Amino acid sequence: MPVSLPNSKLIYETLKECGIRLVSALPETWLVHLIRMTDEDPEMTLVRLAKEEEAVGISAGAYFAGVKSAMLMQNHGFLASINGIVSFAHLYKIPLLMLISHRGSFGEKDPWQTQGGNVTEPVLRALRIPYFCLDSVETVKKRIRDAQTLAESSLQPVAALLTRDLMWEE
Amino acid sequence: MLRLDCLRSVYSELEDCLVVTIMGAVAAELQSLGHRPNFFYLQHAMGLASSTGLGLALCLPKQDVIVFDGDGSLLMNLGSLSTMARYRPKNLTHVVFDNESLLSVGGFPTATSTGTDLEGIARSAGIPQVVTVRDVEKFRISVSEALHGKDLTIIVAKVDAIGPSGYVTDLSLLENRFQFRRYIQSLKQT
Repeated sequence: MPVSLPNSKLIYETLKECGIRLVSALPETWLVHLIRMTDEDPEMTLVRLAKEEEAVGISAGAYFAGVKSAMLMQNHGFLASINGIVSFAHLYKIPLLMLISHRGSFGEKDPWQTQGGNVTEPVLRALRIPYFCLDSVETVKKRIRDAQTLAESSLQPVAALLTRDLMWEE
Repeated sequence: MLRLDCLRSVYSELEDCLVVTIMGAVAAELQSLGHRPNFFYLQHAMGLASSTGLGLALCLPKQDVIVFDGDGSLLMNLGSLSTMARYRPKNLTHVVFDNESLLSVGGFPTATSTGTDLEGIARSAGIPQVVTVRDVEKFRISVSEALHGKDLTIIVAKVDAIGPSGYVTDLSLLENRFQFRRYIQSLKQT
């Protein structure tokens, strides 16, 4: 499978360095290595979800408990989580670190991903969620650390969009 | 059976638990009995009270966590039952007040009024302990047993579709949230 193992590892190591100890996830192709690494790490709690919006509640519970968490989801899962983000994370000022695979952008071959690809960034902007694209190996560590720092200082959700350039090897 | 009587019957047991409630009548009635810093009222985001309880229970395995949910909220996030069953935190008790109604928006009937069986759904999702109760004494005993028990438990409490006259209280959402987190952090330091 041409999902980049080295780049997945780099992202995972950065999450560990940021003190993330709980990851909630719904599988998607680009996330397979990240989910497997979480599952195999005895220091990490992996919560496999039925639907991505659950992750907002689970991360909020972890935050109340003093445990740092991250959410792994596809952009369609982000779209399915919006009410939870707005009427829990925004309403109650809960920090969330969302790692969102940005399917449906340039280079996407699956027709069913393409509409979500069009609207992901406009929806993030409409929700005033600070985000950036993770598109090069050089900036992964700094950007994820910076995102975690902002989430904790501003008490709000932030997003890192995982791009094809970083996640996919052809 | 009135939800307020159910809450009153277990109120003293809640002193050492982390309590998460849904919005509307459940939040207002629990507050009417007396707010405590270990109570968090999720005043929106319907469906996510059980997910919040799951996150708390997984991260604080020695701490009893109890969620007061409702049929309308749970029906919005039935997948939460399968996620809870999958991780089966022994310190989580999930109470579902089933009044067969979306009471706070005008009393529209939910699917439990036409035969949807939350106990059956929970059981089939893999929740190890599930019970339906219809009187206050059985409710009190079931909650007490769940809190002192050793397994994930769901209690479906069939209650009347009657609630308080209003739902807004003088406890601000953010005040509640900051107080709740600070309470948990103080527990971890002692």
